[in-house]
Amino acid sequence: MSMLTEAEAKAILDKVIKLSTADECTATLDGSINGNIRFALNNVSTSGVITNTQLGVQVAFGKRVGIATINEFDDAALERVVRRAEDLAKLAPENPEFMPAVAKQTYTPTKTFSETTAAITPEMRAKVAAASITPCKQAKLIAAGFLSDGQSFAAFANSNGNFGYQKSTGMDYTCTVRTEDGRGSGWVARNLQDVSAFKPDSEIQIAMKKAAESAEAKALEPGKYTVVMEPAASAGLISFMMGYFDARQADEGRSFLSKKGGGNKLGEQVYDPRVTLYADPNHPEASVLPWDGEGLPRKRLPIIDKGKVVNLQYSRFWAQKQGKTADASPGNLIMEGGTKSTMDLVKSTQKGILVTRTWYIRMVDPQTVLLTGLTRDGTFYIENGVIKHPVKNFRFNESPVIMLNNIEELGKPVRVGDDESPFVMMIPAMKLRDFTFTSLSDAV
Amino acid sequence: MVSNETASGALAADAVTLYFLFRLPSFRRHALQRRDFLALTGFTAGSLLIPSFQGRAIAAEALQSTLDVKIKKTLADAALGAATGSGASYCDVRVGRYLRQFVITREDRVENVVNTESTGVGIRVIADGAWGFAATNELTTDAVAKAAKQAVAIAKANATIQTAPVQLAPVKGVGEVSWKTPIKKNSMTVPIKEKAEMLIDVNTSALKAGADYVNSILFLVNEQKYFASTDGSYIDQDIHRIWAPMTATAIDKTTGKFRTRDGLSAPMGLGYEYLDGDKAQKFTSPNGVVNYGLSYDLKEDAIAAAKQAREKLKAPSVKPGKYDLVLDPSHTWLTIHESVGHPLELDRVLGYEANYAGTSFATLDKREAKFQYGSDKVNIVADKTQYGSLGGVGYDDEGVKTKEWDLIKDGKLVDYQAIRDQAHILGKKESDGCCYADSWSSVQFQRMANISLKPGKEKLSVADMISKVENGIYIVGDGSFSIDQQRYNAQFGGQLFYEIKNGKITQMIEDVAYQIRTPEFWNACTAICDESDYRMGGSFFDGKGQPGQVSTVSHGSSTARFNGINVINTARSLG
Repeated sequence: MSMLTEAEAKAILDKVIKLSTADECTATLDGSINGNIRFALNNVSTSGVITNTQLGVQVAFGKRVGIATINEFDDAALERVVRRAEDLAKLAPENPEFMPAVAKQTYTPTKTFSETTAAITPEMRAKVAAASITPCKQAKLIAAGFLSDGQSFAAFANSNGNFGYQKSTGMDYTCTVRTEDGRGSGWVARNLQDVSAFKPDSEIQIAMKKAAESAEAKALEPGKYTVVMEPAASAGLISFMMGYFDARQADEGRSFLSKKGGGNKLGEQVYDPRVTLYADPNHPEASVLPWDGEGLPRKRLPIIDKGKVVNLQYSRFWAQKQGKTADASPGNLIMEGGTKSTMDLVKSTQKGILVTRTWYIRMVDPQTVLLTGLTRDGTFYIENGVIKHPVKNFRFNESPVIMLNNIEELGKPVRVGDDESPFVMMIPAMKLRDFTFTSLSDAV
Repeated sequence: MVSNETASGALAADAVTLYFLFRLPSFRRHALQRRDFLALTGFTAGSLLIPSFQGRAIAAEALQSTLDVKIKKTLADAALGAATGSGASYCDVRVGRYLRQFVITREDRVENVVNTESTGVGIRVIADGAWGFAATNELTTDAVAKAAKQAVAIAKANATIQTAPVQLAPVKGVGEVSWKTPIKKNSMTVPIKEKAEMLIDVNTSALKAGADYVNSILFLVNEQKYFASTDGSYIDQDIHRIWAPMTATAIDKTTGKFRTRDGLSAPMGLGYEYLDGDKAQKFTSPNGVVNYGLSYDLKEDAIAAAKQAREKLKAPSVKPGKYDLVLDPSHTWLTIHESVGHPLELDRVLGYEANYAGTSFATLDKREAKFQYGSDKVNIVADKTQYGSLGGVGYDDEGVKTKEWDLIKDGKLVDYQAIRDQAHILGKKESDGCCYADSWSSVQFQRMANISLKPGKEKLSVADMISKVENGIYIVGDGSFSIDQQRYNAQFGGQLFYEIKNGKITQMIEDVAYQIRTPEFWNACTAICDESDYRMGGSFFDGKGQPGQVSTVSHGSSTARFNGINVINTARSLG
């Protein structure tokens, strides 16, 4: 039941729309099959498959909205879920910011589905675990990791005749490798839509190398350093900042994009001219669904162009109030860069720190998007273009706004996933000057 | 953009109402839960209309009902029979009904009201020495029997790749028993209209008191959990929780500065009576700041929040350096959570969470060596029994009667938190009773108990404590938080900061965060107020595991003093 075809999904959604007596009705049908395997201490700890299909019905009487969901799809169940949503709507208080359901839209399909990923079996997951564990055991290292993969479909329809259906796949692999004495730790992550490109045998070598080479870490004084950030290291900071690109927040005076005296910084040069960032549902390496949660069609949307803020996110309500256009919310973030690899950036660095990843990133001051967090699983000192030795981890206090004004050079963008981010991201490796480390951590 | 839910202070779109819900004191939060929560509020940009983890949306009246215990026993027996019949040496069954209600407001309007229900059965077995788990949302004896057999099949498959068989600490069956959170008033029975009007009144009062924006939310939980096992236990529990987060924002349009002040309440294991504003549970600081114990006055706090948010706009910036910190319990709970609660979870210590939550500096050899975790004033206990706490239950999710036990005694590390299949590693005869699953569909595992700093043994008031501080900062409320994967280096902010000079609170200051190394911090604890100042803070969203689960936990303390702590200034200029 969990994966429905377009025709099956449409049949159910059409019935739901027909059953509703409300002023308007939107129905969504989502299904997924997700598999995972987890391992730690060089042993598989858990593995499983979770399947789920759910129908959601949102109706409105005037400005009163009701939502109900169900996971049964016979006629009686469909009738029940529609009536329940209608009963809730009748009891709900009016929402003065209510926006009617979107009109009929045209969506251009994006390539979000891969047969190979959808065909992953429990045996293959076990093989990935084995490919991670076996070389670690041989090298007297300890692996802990997680592979999750899945296929899903998303379908929706509304009483304005709008309809959409598309299937997606994805996989996310992370592995932390530690030395037996706990003095070295390395990490590798791969986030892909099509599993064919996933090579656990070579991926694990990255984590193993970093674990082995990080064991003799020396302490450096905290302070401002030139850093070479791997894509995974800066992704969390950039994604965090993008959460503050909302127009209403800025207009209300409570965002780093608010302007002194009122209004927002739309059109202003906020970043280094080399910063260009956009959303594109059809990006070949980071495709996402061609609509957002409201059913607005996604298209290529520039957000930062040569350092200028060129788009803020307007909700449909706020756009209407301000006389602006509401674009679909992005599902991905694509940051432009160059052609160099992380190691190429290391080669051109006289003195600096190579950062594998950042961890536990939290907001310290929203006024400046000052974030804190720590380096982890492979932090190295660079001198004259080569990695000299591992260094103890640092805590940083830095704003991505300042960071993206301190660019020395950008490398090649790489697809990264981040478990704290709602976006699929393409982020370049970065060389940045004056990155602020405020203290040392003894953590390995 | 869609909101980055980790944000504190400002968030995308209308989701600003929710930002405090996402300042989770978990090591890391789960994208899934965060996104689902946004979906629930209708502010998501994903493809979900409905939050899956929250369960089905239902009518408010349905939140007041319960499942017949006889039906639950019949289902449980069907699963136990099917499991043992298929070769399981142990089986436990959890029949869960999880009810939640959210009332979300901003300024003068209700943004959303949502009621959800999630019901199903989770079955865990041991077969051939390995764990297996399966779950179903179908409440029929056939469906649970089928799931039980599936769990046995998974266990047998897992047994082939497992290196050592599961060793369970014994539990004596308790027969048919029940336990209920000792609440006075079930929140689910209070009409939505009354709740909405109360929140709007709170918001209006804060706006009148000087806030430019205000958000307030009621987040109510009822977990109806039935546990049965082959040990001979049939445990019916009815667990209630309440949370009333609020944030006031003040803006200075001419300078472009904005500041927020969050509510000083805590999520609690209490009923609606928590919002009665019992004056006996008010704790007034020497400078007039009002904190709350087992009862909360949301309106009074919202008015104070509005005034203090405005005051923050003008408060001078802290001079970085070493200060003696006086920490209010509304703040300290989060520091305890991160720097004591997490490092003393046995699975982290052993390395099972290495790829996600991380490991722990507090390794087993440190317990053997009676490691000096803190000063001799520091006594920290774990418990699952405390009245009003989020972790308080009669029995944990593997049928173990709950208790209180010592983790740090006179500053020395003495114990960890362990469940049935871990107890033998520590040479313990029994589980500590801190096993939890966040849903009927999740596998239960070791989760943090309430971890609390015991009050000082000698009589000491907050005023007396402050009177002896020459150069210090008094911190109230929890702010930003971050800690490394072994729980050494942490940084914490707060809601309100006051300078202490020569024994007196002089003025409000801003841009304060302190950085610690865990053992040095706890060894710098030189004084703890007595039990008359004891209060709890807590979180609804402690995250752990892959796939991730959330848990709820409280942390109690009295106001405590920490000498010579490194304070940084967090103000920056974007030019």
